[in-house]
Amino acid sequence: MIVIANILVVLLISIGVIFTVVAVIGVLRLPDVYTRSHAATKSTTFGVLCTLSGVFLYFWLIEGDFNIKLLLGIVFLFITAPIGGHIMGRAAYISGVKPSELTVKDELEEVVKQAKKDRTSQKMKSDED
Amino acid sequence: MAFQILLNFVIAVTWMLLSSSMTAQTFIIGYLIGLLIIFIMRRYFRERFYLGWAWAAVKLALIFLRELTMSNITVLLIVLNPKMDIRPAFFAFPTDLQKDWEIMLLSNLITLTPGTLVVHVSDDQRTLYIHAIDVDDVDNEIQSIKHSFEKAIREVGQS
Repeated sequence: MIVIANILVVLLISIGVIFTVVAVIGVLRLPDVYTRSHAATKSTTFGVLCTLSGVFLYFWLIEGDFNIKLLLGIVFLFITAPIGGHIMGRAAYISGVKPSELTVKDELEEVVKQAKKDRTSQKMKSDED
Repeated sequence: MAFQILLNFVIAVTWMLLSSSMTAQTFIIGYLIGLLIIFIMRRYFRERFYLGWAWAAVKLALIFLRELTMSNITVLLIVLNPKMDIRPAFFAFPTDLQKDWEIMLLSNLITLTPGTLVVHVSDDQRTLYIHAIDVDDVDNEIQSIKHSFEKAIREVGQS
């Protein structure tokens, strides 16, 4: 029983470490801010999910301590991570960071341009008043 | 739904009072009895039986875990591939979901799965602009999100 629990814990923590390392490599290798944010925010959440589950199982099955705080950590991470990723991507796009040349399609460009144009015309109007 | 859960609690507490034992065991038995009563009476509620809702939520969580694992492996292969052979794209995703919390849940789940990131939501909340790290076919990508996440969220949102 202890052997199975140990294997499970080691497996989960190893997977977590591998995904975190891959996230770091991704941040270094990928070409622009948008693709990098994929590696930085996503793979780390999965890595932390696996690591924390492994730690939770270790304390539960081997030390006999059912620590609900570790699971809460996973929940809070999964609530906050996508919001951070979304806001960073959006702020980068609207402040004019260019996507890399590899990008094949950009349906957002028109929308943001139009919104900026509307805003400047509105501003000019309010300046005249 | 909140009403049904409250009713279930009231039935459980009544059961505890009737059997005059204040243990967790009696509470669970009373809760199960309440569940049975509400299940039998489910036709007379305006909303559907709340375990159906709970089941839909569990199904959504399972779909999410599956997608999370699959797409993490995809991103892992992309990052470790010696040739940087990716085609990132921004594409518009038209959504049929209406309520605020449904759209929030959908965009959070899309952002949490690696490989896709919601960059912008249009002002009328009908279109999500998604950045994907490697797109073969945009229609294919849209269909896969529609069939997995949107369908499951609609099931949860049904009253």
